[in-house]
Amino acid sequence: MARSTSKDAQALFQSLRSAYVATPSSLKIIDLYVCFAVFTAIIQVVYMAVVGSFPFNSFLSGVLSCVGTAVLAVCLRIQVNKENKEFKDLPPERAFADFVLCNLVLHLVIMNFLG
Amino acid sequence: MARSLAGFLVLILAISICDAASIFQPISDSHRSAALDLFKPVDGSFASLEETYEALRTFEILGINKKPDVSTATCGTVSKALSSSSSTPKDLFDALRVNSILKCKINAEVFEGIISKLQAAVSGASSLHDFYYSIGSLGLIKDQTSKADLHLSDAEGIFRSIKALSQSDGRWRYSSNNPESSTIAAGVALETLAGVVSLASSEVDQSMIGIVQNDIMKLFDSIEKYDDGAFYFDEKVVNVHEHSGPLSTSSSVVRGLTAFTTVATGSLNLPGDKILGLAKFFLGIGIPGDSKDFFNQIDSLAFLESNRVSIPLILSLPSTVVSLTKKENLMVKVNTVLGSKAPPLTVKLVRAYSTSSKDTSIIENKELSFDPERVVYFLDALPDSVDVGSYIFVFKVVLHDSERKDVYVTGTLTHVQIFLTGHVKIGNAEIAVLDNDLGTIETQRKLDLAGENAVSLSANHLQKLHLSFQLTTPRGSAFKPHQAFLKLRHETKVEHVFLVGNSGKKFEITLDFLGLVEKLFYLSGKYDIQLTVGDAVMENSLLSEIGYVELDLPEAPEKAPRPPPQAVDPYSRYGPKAEISHIFRAPEKRPPKELSFTFLGLILLPFIGFLIGLLRLGVNLKNFPTSSVPATFAILFHVGIAAVLLLYVLFWLKLDLFTTLKTLSFLGVFLMFVGHRILSHLASASSKLKSG
Repeated sequence: MARSTSKDAQALFQSLRSAYVATPSSLKIIDLYVCFAVFTAIIQVVYMAVVGSFPFNSFLSGVLSCVGTAVLAVCLRIQVNKENKEFKDLPPERAFADFVLCNLVLHLVIMNFLG
Repeated sequence: MARSLAGFLVLILAISICDAASIFQPISDSHRSAALDLFKPVDGSFASLEETYEALRTFEILGINKKPDVSTATCGTVSKALSSSSSTPKDLFDALRVNSILKCKINAEVFEGIISKLQAAVSGASSLHDFYYSIGSLGLIKDQTSKADLHLSDAEGIFRSIKALSQSDGRWRYSSNNPESSTIAAGVALETLAGVVSLASSEVDQSMIGIVQNDIMKLFDSIEKYDDGAFYFDEKVVNVHEHSGPLSTSSSVVRGLTAFTTVATGSLNLPGDKILGLAKFFLGIGIPGDSKDFFNQIDSLAFLESNRVSIPLILSLPSTVVSLTKKENLMVKVNTVLGSKAPPLTVKLVRAYSTSSKDTSIIENKELSFDPERVVYFLDALPDSVDVGSYIFVFKVVLHDSERKDVYVTGTLTHVQIFLTGHVKIGNAEIAVLDNDLGTIETQRKLDLAGENAVSLSANHLQKLHLSFQLTTPRGSAFKPHQAFLKLRHETKVEHVFLVGNSGKKFEITLDFLGLVEKLFYLSGKYDIQLTVGDAVMENSLLSEIGYVELDLPEAPEKAPRPPPQAVDPYSRYGPKAEISHIFRAPEKRPPKELSFTFLGLILLPFIGFLIGLLRLGVNLKNFPTSSVPATFAILFHVGIAAVLLLYVLFWLKLDLFTTLKTLSFLGVFLMFVGHRILSHLASASSKLKSG
């Protein structure tokens, strides 16, 4: 039973990987970027768990900066994805411009909040 | 507490004496010690010869023997000033004035040289000060060298040219081209004219002297007066550049007047009360704190004392407080202004009356006895009818020698406020607690107000507190003090003051607690009782703690007024405030540095992972535009983003929000422009690619 489970899982991962290879490289870059942001946020949370939340606004701005960027990147991915029929008419350049603008606004707030 | 009250009463007494009596004390030892303090030489000499003269002259007048020895250093300065060819007449005048006191050894040839120089200066003089210094110097040389043949060649001509500077109101001008007339100049001119007369070879025309005497009379018309009988001269036009208060003006006039009357033969009929008033003015100043003022005061008084017109005599009292109980005598002194002995005279008490009733005299026409040992005039005994209180005594000084009446001025009448004090007897003092409805005495205690009392009473709100005492003066009549207060002080420091009323001889107060409960704020408990009886003429004014009364008052109803908050102690109001200790928030616990740096390194790990991932994906920049215009825009776009991020970092580090937003608006417009250009270029390129 257990054997079959691990095999199933292996098969599942195999199919996932093969499907992901087919993803366009631009989306892969975005995925990588999202992972980078999320891991940075996780490290900050761990740091806070270890030493306490004293400069709480700094912690919040750090984490929110990462999470915010990640969310924006995900949004970008949704809009850039060609499979996504909903945004078919939206050129990826326009989506990238939105991404840049949103990031700049987000980071203005973050910097203001950083203290 | 009682001591402080006594001190307070003495203070009130002192103030009221100063206020009421216009007695002028002659120069005394306090002036002598002040003179030694004011005129202190530095390194054996004074700053200038003028100051040296002022100091030496003051010491000479006051007869100070322990004066600082400045003769060696000063004599050198004097002979240097006299033999120097560059000395002005003023320098010579100051040097000669100092020499007149110090009597330094000066060669006769030196004097010869100065005389010819000064004679030339006199004939060439145009302003009043030129005349004053050169003629004054010549007069001083004549005194110091006993040169009988030192004369002014054209005395009448000089007299006339000085007189030409005089004004119609008796004042003088400093020079012919200066239209402003001055009272100080009048004094200077009179002194100069006196010098001219004394240096004249022949008698100066009597009519001219008469004209100048007329000028003096006119000058005295402009004299001003204080309410206390002091007369003074003041400059009408205030000159900003020169120090000329009433003191220097008056002293200049006094100097000129006395100098002129010494040399002028004719008699000057000046009103004696004005001369006396001038003396009072100089004495009324007290002890000036400035050495110049001090010199002016003492010098003028010395001239007044030795003048030929009229010598003022000053009536003064060693004390204006006389105790009836101690049988003190009222003493009066009559001195000249500098405190020396007066000629034989009689002091008469014209009348004395109480300050409250001016019309009824208590004493009339009594002659004071003379005590030759102490040089005082005293009133033997006050009549029995005179009781404690404040009185005005009117004195008159009568000279024995009627011939001297012209020489001395004593003033007509001198009014002096005298306090007759005494020990007031306090009798029949008792305190009692009465029942309200019947008035029956529940507890009664005798009090000895002069001594210690420790009464302990208790009462409730249906009872009354009664206090009574009698005050009798040494002469046996009833005495009504200025202050008679009863004070109740609760344990919580809430105080209530009640005025003790009097009915005839008896002072009494009844406190009906039923009517007072509200005023006492329904505060039950121990009340200290304090009695104050005080008056300026009462020698045994008292502030006595009688004891306490334990009050049992009903509970306060809801709407009863609360006791007022305690008044702030007036002494603490101006004292230092309590120190404010600032409490700062304790700094938060910080993690160790190493840990923080470790996590800083850890933060970099995902970034490195990101870069590695990019490499593995085989990311390239092949899509970067190759033609020059889009490439420029692409670079500018990235530079723009970097600039905005850098601005954010600066915002974090030092800029404020407004500066940031201002810069950001410019950067944003730039970024929008280049972003739009590059992205639309990319979009058109990709659509071309698609369609192509």
